[in-house]
Amino acid sequence: MRVTLTVNGEQRTADDVWPGESLLFTLRERLGLPGTKNACEQGECGSCTVLLDGLPVCACLVAAGQAQGRTVVTVEGIARYPGSIAARNERGADGAAPTAATADGSTLHPVQEAFVAAGAVQCGFCTPGLVVAVVDLLRTRPHPTDSEIREALAGNLCRCTGYEKILDAVHLAAQRLAAAGPDAS
Amino acid sequence: MEFVRPTTFADALAEKAARPQAVPILGGTDLMVGLNAGHPPPPALLDLTAVAELDAWAVDDDEVWIGAGVTYRRLITELGTLCPGLALAARTVGSPQIRNRATLAGNLGTASPGGDTHPVLLATGAVVEAASVRGQRAIPIDDFYAGVKRHALAPDELIRGVRLPIRRGPQQFAKVGTRNAMVIAVCSVAVALDVARRTVRVGVGSVAPTPRRALAAEDLASGLPWDGGPLDDDVARRFGAAVAAATAPIDDVRGTAAYRRHSVEVLARRTLAWALADLDRSEAWDGMTGRSEA
Ligand SMILES: Cc1cc2nc3c(=O)[nH]c(=O)nc-3n(C[C@H](O)[C@H](O)[C@H](O)COP(=O)(O)OP(=O)(O)OC[C@H]3O[C@@H](n4cnc5c(N)ncnc54)[C@H](O)[C@@H]3O)c2cc1C
Ligand code: FES
Ligand code: FES
Repeated sequence: MRVTLTVNGEQRTADDVWPGESLLFTLRERLGLPGTKNACEQGECGSCTVLLDGLPVCACLVAAGQAQGRTVVTVEGIARYPGSIAARNERGADGAAPTAATADGSTLHPVQEAFVAAGAVQCGFCTPGLVVAVVDLLRTRPHPTDSEIREALAGNLCRCTGYEKILDAVHLAAQRLAAAGPDAS
Repeated sequence: MEFVRPTTFADALAEKAARPQAVPILGGTDLMVGLNAGHPPPPALLDLTAVAELDAWAVDDDEVWIGAGVTYRRLITELGTLCPGLALAARTVGSPQIRNRATLAGNLGTASPGGDTHPVLLATGAVVEAASVRGQRAIPIDDFYAGVKRHALAPDELIRGVRLPIRRGPQQFAKVGTRNAMVIAVCSVAVALDVARRTVRVGVGSVAPTPRRALAAEDLASGLPWDGGPLDDDVARRFGAAVAAATAPIDDVRGTAAYRRHSVEVLARRTLAWALADLDRSEAWDGMTGRSEA
């Protein structure tokens, strides 16, 4: 079957989708977006977290056909997600937090930069899902406590970092976003 | 395999009647786990997430109607006052990612003995609305669970929603697990007080082939301090013992039968004490409807 949806601001169409296929498979294998990771396919690890109509979900548990006509943001698009620093820059806003350019010239979201700066990335497999979950957390709770962070990230497993650096990264991102102004996240 | 995506409930019922083998899907948090693991695919998936009328709730007299497609996220953020027990249970389900997708009807459709909404639905006396092209019927929750992961729906029926009374007094829920998130209950207990009638109802999960009520414990209601004051130690002990006696637990990967019997007894005493403490704190349990501004 054919599935048409908006991914990272663009209308995309996937053909030959198997009706039992997950949105995760469609994104990675049919739409060329391998940033969203596949680790457990059981909803346990959160490495496949994407925003579906603005809410973080496990892409492995969404049937691709359920995303028909819906809006998806993956880690590849998170920096351009409305309200991000990059979007501010495009609008010519002043006082934006520092942004870093990646090899292909794209811009990182402040949450991604904070993960790098805080040393919250080791093997990096959990990172895309965490970044998406943290962007959502800071949008709803700009200054989360440690326990709020733990609760918000309870569905994102990391085998490497021991989580402490991830908590540091979330606090750092929160500070930087607060410094950058109210609509930076 | 086919993927069918009706946009009205009437069309969904027609699809289900035309192909009873089609499997409904809402949040997919139970169903997709199986499909991803390579379980034999059903002939068709009947996606109900485009049926807007299921993604709603409403207050009708002294009852709340909750549509099949309402997620745990919405139970927590929108129904915490009207249905506090359900919201408490919803808060313990999975992770934010799961709660953003998973639904009450999906929990009922799976009918796992460990599903977290079941004890609350039993304790509050909920009714499951089952619909088909033949019409709609109300299945009292006490008649819904038919065995391990089996329920009372006919092959052509879909759950349209659930009705339960607006809280008539304090409600509590607790479960035991190895973590504070992402755990299937080792055991769970829900307690709901009806202040005007001076009754208590108790539902337990993960301690028998189906979720069930603890009727002998409910019979101890007259010994509870309805007018305030401390819970008598002996009544608390008998209550816990009666709940434990209502169970038929097994040993499995999550716990032993003996541990379940012990922990469900502890949880029963605790949830009862919490509910009675809430009773002390609230000034205005407004009779039958239990609308309280406390
Ligand atoms: C990581 C993870 C953690 C979890 N943690 C918990 C937990 O803590 N507590 C808990 O109770 N559960 C938990 N679950 C299980 C699951 O999330 C719940 O059972 C949830 O309520 C299922 O809802 P859903 O909408 O996702 O159901 P789906 O997967 O869409 O469907 C589940 C079943 O219900 C049937 N169904 C769906 N809609 C209807 C309808 N309208 N009429 C009739 N049948 C229908 C489906 O055919 C299927 O058999 C967890 C799952 C995962 C993956
Ligand atoms: S791959 Fe989806 S939660 Fe692990
Ligand atoms: S950095 Fe390796 S899993 Fe998190």
